[in-house]
Order: sequence, then structure tokens, then C-alpha cells
Amino acid sequence: MLVNKKKMESMADSMSSHAPIEGRSLWQDAMGRFMHNKAALISLIVLVTMIATSFIGPYLSPWDFESIDWALLGNAAEMGAPSIENGHYFGTDDLGRDQFARVMVGTQISLMVGIVGTAVAVVVGVLYGAISGYFGGRLDNVMMRFVDILMSIPYMFILIILFVMFGRSIYLLFIGLGLFSWMDMARIVRGQTLAIKHKEYIEAAVAAGVSDFKIILKHIVPNLLGIVVVYTSLLIPGLILTESFISFLGLGIQEPLTSWGALINDGAKTIQYGTLWQLLFPLAFFVTGLFCFFFIGDGLRDAFDPKDR
Amino acid sequence: MTDLIKPIFSVDDLKITFSTQDGDVEAVKGVNFHINPGECVGIVGESGSGKSQTFMAAMGLLADNGTATGQINFQDHNLLELSTAQLNHVRGKNMSMIFQDPLTSLTPHMTILQQMREVVKLHMQMSQKDTDAMCRQWIDRVRIAEAERRLNQYPHELSGGMRQRVMIAMSMLCDPSLLIADEPTTALDVTVQAEILDLMDELKREKGTAIALITHDMGVVARMCDRIHVMRHGQYVEEGGVEDIFYNPQHAYTKMLLDSMPRIDNPDKTSHHKLKPIDQQTSAENFLEVDDVKVHFDIKINGGLWPKTVPLKAVDGVSFKLRPGETLGIVGESGCGKSTLARAVLQLIPPTDGTVTWLGKPLNGLSRAQLKDKRKDLQIVFQDPLASLDPRMTISDSIREPLVTFASHMSRKEMQEQVLQMMDKVGLERNMINRYPHELSGGQNQRVGIARAMIMKPKLVICDEAVSALDVSVQAQIIELLMDLQEEFKLSLLFISHDLAVVREVSHRIMVLYLGRVVEMAESKDIYANPMHPYTKQLISAVPVPDPKIERARKSIKIPGELPSPMDPTAKLKFMPSKLRAGETNYIPKLIEHNPGHFVAEHDSLTDLQATG
Amino acid sequence: MFSFIVRRIFSSIPTMLILILISFALMRFAPGSPFSTERGLPPEVLANLEAKYGLNLPWFEQLFTYIKNILFHFDFGPSFKYKDISVNEILAQGFPVTLTYGLWSFVVAVTVGIPLGIIAAIRHNTALDYAAVGITIGAQVLPNFVMAPILVIIFSLWLEWLPGGGWNGGQWQYVILPVIALSTSYMASIARIARSSMLEVLHSNFIRTAKAKGLPMRNIILRHALKPALLPVVTYLGPAFVGMITGSVVIDMYFSTGGMGQFFVDAALSRDYSLLMGVTILFGVMTILFNAVVDIAYAWLDPKIRL
Repeated sequence: MLVNKKKMESMADSMSSHAPIEGRSLWQDAMGRFMHNKAALISLIVLVTMIATSFIGPYLSPWDFESIDWALLGNAAEMGAPSIENGHYFGTDDLGRDQFARVMVGTQISLMVGIVGTAVAVVVGVLYGAISGYFGGRLDNVMMRFVDILMSIPYMFILIILFVMFGRSIYLLFIGLGLFSWMDMARIVRGQTLAIKHKEYIEAAVAAGVSDFKIILKHIVPNLLGIVVVYTSLLIPGLILTESFISFLGLGIQEPLTSWGALINDGAKTIQYGTLWQLLFPLAFFVTGLFCFFFIGDGLRDAFDPKDR
Repeated sequence: MTDLIKPIFSVDDLKITFSTQDGDVEAVKGVNFHINPGECVGIVGESGSGKSQTFMAAMGLLADNGTATGQINFQDHNLLELSTAQLNHVRGKNMSMIFQDPLTSLTPHMTILQQMREVVKLHMQMSQKDTDAMCRQWIDRVRIAEAERRLNQYPHELSGGMRQRVMIAMSMLCDPSLLIADEPTTALDVTVQAEILDLMDELKREKGTAIALITHDMGVVARMCDRIHVMRHGQYVEEGGVEDIFYNPQHAYTKMLLDSMPRIDNPDKTSHHKLKPIDQQTSAENFLEVDDVKVHFDIKINGGLWPKTVPLKAVDGVSFKLRPGETLGIVGESGCGKSTLARAVLQLIPPTDGTVTWLGKPLNGLSRAQLKDKRKDLQIVFQDPLASLDPRMTISDSIREPLVTFASHMSRKEMQEQVLQMMDKVGLERNMINRYPHELSGGQNQRVGIARAMIMKPKLVICDEAVSALDVSVQAQIIELLMDLQEEFKLSLLFISHDLAVVREVSHRIMVLYLGRVVEMAESKDIYANPMHPYTKQLISAVPVPDPKIERARKSIKIPGELPSPMDPTAKLKFMPSKLRAGETNYIPKLIEHNPGHFVAEHDSLTDLQATG
Repeated sequence: MFSFIVRRIFSSIPTMLILILISFALMRFAPGSPFSTERGLPPEVLANLEAKYGLNLPWFEQLFTYIKNILFHFDFGPSFKYKDISVNEILAQGFPVTLTYGLWSFVVAVTVGIPLGIIAAIRHNTALDYAAVGITIGAQVLPNFVMAPILVIIFSLWLEWLPGGGWNGGQWQYVILPVIALSTSYMASIARIARSSMLEVLHSNFIRTAKAKGLPMRNIILRHALKPALLPVVTYLGPAFVGMITGSVVIDMYFSTGGMGQFFVDAALSRDYSLLMGVTILFGVMTILFNAVVDIAYAWLDPKIRL
């Protein structure tokens, strides 16, 4: 039973009568709170470093991600261990390809799939949810019933069937992942739109003669942004997970390109030969990356929705 | 006050501190008081004064971030030193508490009986059969009809008033010597409030239970309390017997509180601002005419194999006219359709039927673009000051919004100048221009809402419970501001409120709504001096008057029976059961003009109603 | 309550039909015939094959037959790949395996996750709470396909306590690792949801009332707080179920348990459409039915829905 914050504020308000001229918007408040969240801030720094490394890293390595080091071929288990001398900082994979370069590429691809897929999901989800919520009534009923139905279908199977039928291209991965992940976003946005639509400030705007279009643009969208940002930050790691899952099954990204999931799959297949580096390096990147995303997402959620703290 | 009686509850130098992110906040700053057996002590204060926290500490219910020092003595124990297990032998048994919000204070997934039973089981040795019998007795005792059925229902199946009665029954089960009531009637309608207060008073007299009544409402205090403590900013500024405080207040704050209270019995006594009579020459022709407006919603009812829809008649055939410069007060209890009516007038909700004529032209059926021109003159101020402002816009942006729509020819600088002038008028400091709503107090935000409504100098402003969410002192200021602006701009107002005292203070004419229909409409003074409809009589008699002598001499009028559901097709005959008995279930009571300008809906006589129930 | 259950079960029928329709459409519009991959097949043979599988009939007739066979005979047709074995036989072989470790995983996730979350909430801001939060965050970034190899490294390669794969008729040693791998991340999510909803419930007004009655904390938690705190957990059980079914594919692949997931991946790689459809529809129907059960459980917990 925390003491009513508003009460406290109104008490403080009546005590200090001299107000500063510049006000702080909710965004500034949220950013301030985010910056005070150590876990989130550190995660952000780590993540940015990781992304930067994945793009700069390949230039620091003598090997690229697809050439085979013929000297090691067939002997990866004995000679492919990480070493500074032969330039394989993370060792090599089973075929003798440089693991460092592959992890860098895998990082790029996984992040890209996560971000592009999320972008697709956000665009579809926000549009769908906002339309459903704003117009309401029968349209809303039908649209949400459809989402319900989609959500009770194990979409991963359908997605895999799509891959089988139309071939494994990275574009299909982007679109496929996006198209199967927008439903939660649509639900959240719809709920929020409904809530905002019934707020008195929207009625006030209607009473002030503001047009539909301007109401959506000036009142509804800015008030939706917070929750969209928060949910987006949680959707990215979710999609990275999904992509990794599919790649782990050997159904996602096409060789020689690779991703975190594909690398983990390759590494996991060979652990009984003792080539642990083939699993642990991609695993470490994967786990660190996801950790960062989750902490950033949590930080954003606390920042935008302070009542939860 | 005498040494002969030993107080059952006493507080010594109690301090309560909350540690928040912005440092420690001292909510209670060293208070002393006591409660004698069988007396009712009122703790009065506005929001944030710390009035509830003393008792929260006594009950061991302080928030996790709060700490209390000092002494709270109850029956020879310092409650602050007891462990939770020891405290559990006291709370609920010798000392019990009821809370402000009856809607959320009962556990949703347990039946009423289950929740009452566990109190008895915990504190008394009694067989299951006796327990159930006692629970049923108490439910009868707090006058809930059909006790047997109600006991086996879940809280959401009961109305707010019934739930508060259940709370009272539950807290009285073990015959406590002290009952703490924290704003017990604030969330309830006046007629329900009157019943709950009567019930508490009766229990106090019959059982000798002492009551600590925490409230912001001086009227409630006048009715109930023997002694009063006035609290502000965590301290008692004044204390004394009820008559001392009301007839001879010493502290400026007490005086201000009493002065701010609108008085239903004497509207001109407290108001600083006398309502100006309107010019009788101006006619209502071609200003605002509302004719037989209906707003029906389709409500989906689950149950059975297929859900069905039932019309909810929120507004069911309301007509009135408004003159320029006139204020029409619209009163009624929750669910009577007063807010829906306001929105229908402004076409924010399209009426299902009927016409709204504005300056001789109908408003309904207009396209959005056509409506936009009219909106310039038609504005609205909302109940919740914070919710009615976009949290992501600065207050000046909010105030400017109508200008941007209607006066796009103005330069940014001109607009800014207008906004600043308007802020001066509504009493906002100019340096607040870039602040956001969450940084302002409720009263300040309501001023912003008023500035936004007034900036186009409209001809009609609807105030939808515009002062209901504010503390009395702020409420008085806002009312004053509205009346000043009305005079300056020659405004007409539709003033909607559940608070009859406030409405009386500001309105020329008053319309009483009951479940979407007008039951009485008359000049303000007529309706209070000579209410004709039984519902109006009941409403007026239920409003507590902040004057102990007058208040205790009055008797509130009760009409048996619960508020019917607005979806019940016979609800409109609640005050005409004779027609129901005659089988004319579709009869619609007509509005009859008894005296010039005094309209009353047909009804059975009050004595008949009270006799038959 | 009865009419609610009837209504809820009726309302899942259209969902099932849509699922079958989507699957069927995908199968129909897949590029090429399932047999076109088998190169050099003479046209007569191809036509024969298509006739055998009913592919020469108009599409609506195929759809009708397909739905009819599923609904009335629980028959998913013959496998395109494995000659002379029906999809049913393959499903019958894999289903018990999936069901065994799936059920165990579900039970573990729920029975560990809920108490963990609730204890963390009751001991809010203590070391126990922080530990629980740490575990749940950690487990969230360790999905089944990460857990599987890690568990094998630790328990099979290093400690040599448990077998790293196989099923062996469901002997307990063979079940443990798959169950842990599959349940951990869902257990973590359940704990997380239970913790935050319990925290919220503990701050609600009716808990304050219960305290004011003098009820001991144990009583308050069990009688007043538990049911409402479980509501969000129950809502999550639907998605968790879908997640576990999907995850079973990884388990079958990694541990060679021989469940339906393995057939699914094989079918995916060899384009055995009828088997793919069979697995998808079976899983889909299970999901839909499970969701109906979850909704009914929800109604039991929340009297406002019970009608």
C-alpha cells in the first residue's frame, strides 16, 4: 500500500509556490528515469558496443566468414581452437571457417532480422490496432476476433511450412517473422487507443472543433508512442529468439550466411567432439545480446509507466 | 474531556514519515488526541492533510515506506509496539475500519457470507450455524433486503451502497468498541450517503460504539460528530466540540473551510459572489432549445447460450430551453444520464432521437465540418482536470488549441498574447506557460481547462461536474471564477453536478434528472423552497447541512427500495407504482406545469410511496 | 457456468475450421506437385499417383473429403513420403512421446513457477526476491534450444549422470533433460508473471480490508490473494502451451526422443505435405482446445465472468 503519490505531490505543490518557467514533458521525465536505471543504461552501452564490434570486427580479422582455412580442414577439432597466432580468435567451425568472422556476421544478421521483423510487426500491428480501436464498433469486433483466431494457431508450424514451400530467403524471414508477430502489438495498441479515445482530453479536442485527422496525429499518436516504444523494445529480442529457433532447426538462414541460432546449432551438434568454442562464443553473444534487450525493455517500461515501481 | 471517563483510544505525539524518491515526507507532524467510549470524533481535512494516516498507523496498515513514532494507545496497549500477530487480536475485533471505496474493498471472488464468516471464525468461538445466523441478522440489521440471497452473492452483484453496508455489517460483527470510518460515504450518492450515516449513528447509540469519522465534508461532520479535529498539513489546527467549531471557529483555516462549504439551506450565506438575476426580457427563442432528446446505447448482456443486446436508455426524452446569460443546473445521482445529456447537446454523442436547436438552427444531422463552425460558441469543462488535458502538451498548447482551429488567421505571437491574457483571467501565473499538466495541482489544471473553454469567448459553456473532484476551498475559488467569467462574457451555463448545494449556489433554474428523465424543473429558489416530486424531496433532504443544530433537527426522507437498473423497462414508474399495479407498464409519466415555470413529473404521493415500498 | 462452457466450446469450432482451411490452402498453393521432385516420373505414373491421393479431383471436393476424414474418421490421409504408411500411424507413434515429456514440462513449469513467483512477491525486496528475479531473468534468455546443449554438456559430458539423448520407452533418466530444457523458460515467465500480479494484488484495497479484519498473513494470501493473483498466470498458460508444443520440435531433434516434432522436421525437409498438415492440425486442435480449457479455468477464478 504505497502512499498515494498524487496526494504527496499536491502537498508539495501547495508548499512551493514559485514555479520554474520551463516545464518537463513526460518524455523528458521518462528519459530521466531511464538514465537513472543502471542496469538499462549499462545494457544500452554493451549493446551499442556489440553492434559496433560486429561491423568493425570483420576488418580486424584476416579471415572472412565464408572462406575455408584449408590448412585446418578436417582437423578442426584438434587445430581449430581459438588462437591469436593463426588469426582465428574464436577458433574455426567444423569446416575450418573462421568462427570470429562468422559470429560477427551472425550477430549482424540476427540483429537485422530482429529489427526488420519488428519493424514489419510494428507497422502492421500499430495500423491494425489503431484502426480497430479508433473506429470501434462492429469493425473492432471482427478485427479482434480475427486476431484471436490467429493467436490460437501455432504459427511457427505455418511459418516453417512457408519456408519449406517458398525456399529459405532472408526476405521471407523478415516478412514471415513480422507477419506472425504483430498480433500482440495490435492488441496492445487497440487497447491503448480505446483508452485514449475515451479520455476527456479527446472529447475536449472534438468540442474544440479539431478534425479527426488532427486528433489522431496530435493527441492519439503521441500518447501511443510510449507504449509502442516499450513494446517494440521487448519484441526485438522475441523475434531474435524466434529466428534463432528456426535457424537452430536448420530451416532459417541459408548457408554460408549465418545467425546466432544457426551458429548455436552448429556448435551444439559437435560438442561431443570437445569443440566447445564452437558453441560457447555464439552462445555468449546471444545471451549477452538478449540480456541487454530485456534490461533495456524493462528500463523503458519502468520509465514510461512509473506506477509499477 | 473529563477525567471521569477513560478514553478508549488516545494518540500521543504521533509522527508519520514516508520515505519517497524525493526524500522524506512528514505526513503527520506530532498530533495528540483521544476518543472516549461511545462518542463520535470527526477528523476533518482536505486531500493530502494526512487525516487518514493516523488511523492507518493504528490499524497497522501504513504503506511499506511509512514509519510512525509516538504512541497510539488502545485498551492499555501501545498499538505501535505490537507485533502483527498481537495486532491481529485487536483489529477486526475490538477496533474495526471501513474504507472510502466500497467497490474495491471486498474480495471479488468470495461471497459476502464467506467474507463475514471468517471474521467470526477468527475472533469468536461459535458454531457454523450460529455464525451464519449472526451474519444474516447483521445483513438484516444494515437493511439489505433479501438477506439470504445477498449473502450468497459476490460483491460485484451488489450496488456500491449495499457493499458499504456489508462493510459496516462486517466491521460490527464482533461488537468493536471503536469503529474507524475513512470517508465512508464519499464515493456514494447523497441519498445513499444519508442512509449510511443514519445507520452509523444508530449503531453508535444502540451499541455504544465509538466512531472515528475521517472526512472532508463539513456537512457530514455536523450531522454525526460530538467533537472535531481540523487537520491541515499533518497538524491539528483546531479542535473542540461540534458547536464550538461550527459557531465559534478560531483558526483562519477552519473559518475558510466553513465559509467555502456551499449551503443548500442558505445559498447566499457563504457564497462570496451573489448570482446575478438574469434579464427577464431576453427570450429563449432562438438560443438553445432541446426537444425530446433521447440517447440509447445497446448493451450486450452475456448469459444463456447467446448474448443479447438490450437498450440502455441513458437519456430518455429530455426537453428544455436556455436563455442567454442563464445558468441551468442539472442534478441527479450517478447513472441518471446527466453527463450523457451534456454530450448529446454538444453532439459529442449523437442523440438517438429528438432535436437540439442552437440559434434557431438544428445541430443534429450536421456534418462534422458544419458542426465545427458552431463549436466555437459551444464549449465544455470536464470533471477530472488531469484527464481532460493531453498529458503530452504544455498547458499553453492546450489553451491555444481552439485558437489554432478557429482563428488560424492569427499570428503565433497574437495567439500567445491571447493565451497569456486568458491565463491572467483564470488566475494562472504567466510563468507557468510551458508547464505540463502532471506538474500542476488539480485546481490549477481545472483553471487551464476553463481557460481553454473560454478562449473563443463562447456563448454556452457546459460544466460537467467541473468542481466535483476538487477540495472545497479550491471548489469555492473555481465557482467564483466561473461566475466572474459568466458576467464578463455574458455566458450561458449548463451546470451539471451531483452536489445539490453547489448547483443551488450557481443556477437560476434547476432540472432534476432520474434515470434519463426529467422529474422536476423550476426556478432555483422554487425547487428548494417547494420541491414537489418525491425524488426531489428525497434528494434535498439527503444533503447534509454544515450546521449541527439545523442538521440534527432535520429528518431525511426515505423511499424504500433500491435504485432500479436503467435497463429495467419499468424503472420510469419507480415513483408511480400505482400504474405498475394497474398493469400499465408502458405508461410514461408526463411533465405537468404546476405553477408558471415549475414542471413536475406525474407521481404517486410521497406517503403512498413510503407506505407501499 | 454450464452455458459459458457450451458457448466457449462452440466458439472454438470456427477457429478449427479456419486452421484446417489455412493448412489446406497452403498445401494446394505450394509450388509444384509433391511428386514433381521425383525426377523422371512418366506422366502416366504421375497421373496415377495423383489419382491415388485424390489430387485430380476439384479442390473443393478435396477439401471436403479432407475435412470429412479428419472430423469423422480422425484420418489425415496417407503420407506422401513414407510409402504405405498413413499419417495416422506416424502420429500414433510420436504422439505418446510428445505427450509424456510435454505434460511433465507443463507440470514442472506451473508447480515450480507459481510458488517461486508468489514467494518472491511475499518476500518483496528481500534476498529471496532478488534471487528469484535473477533466476527468472536468467532463464528467459536461455530458451530450450540453448538449454538443451548446455544441459548435455553439464549432465552428460562432464558429470555423465544422464543420457544425452534417446527415449528408451520413456525411462525416467531419458525424460529428465528434455523436461528441464523445455520447461525452464516457461517456468521463469510464469514465476515473473505470478510475482508481479501477486505484488499488485497485495496492494489492492480488499487485501487492506482483510488485514483490517485481523486475518493472519497466511490466511490472507491463501484465501484472498491467491485466486486473483493467478488470473494473469492463467491467461499466460495458453501462449505457454503453444510455446511448449513448438519447443517440442527442438527437443525431439536435439535429444532424438522420437516425438512428433522429429517427424515434423523430417517432413519439412522432405516436403511431405500431408504429414506436415497432419502434425500442424493436430497441434493446432490441441492448442485451441487447451485455450478453451484455460478460458473456463479463468471463469472459475473470476466470478464476474461466470455466467
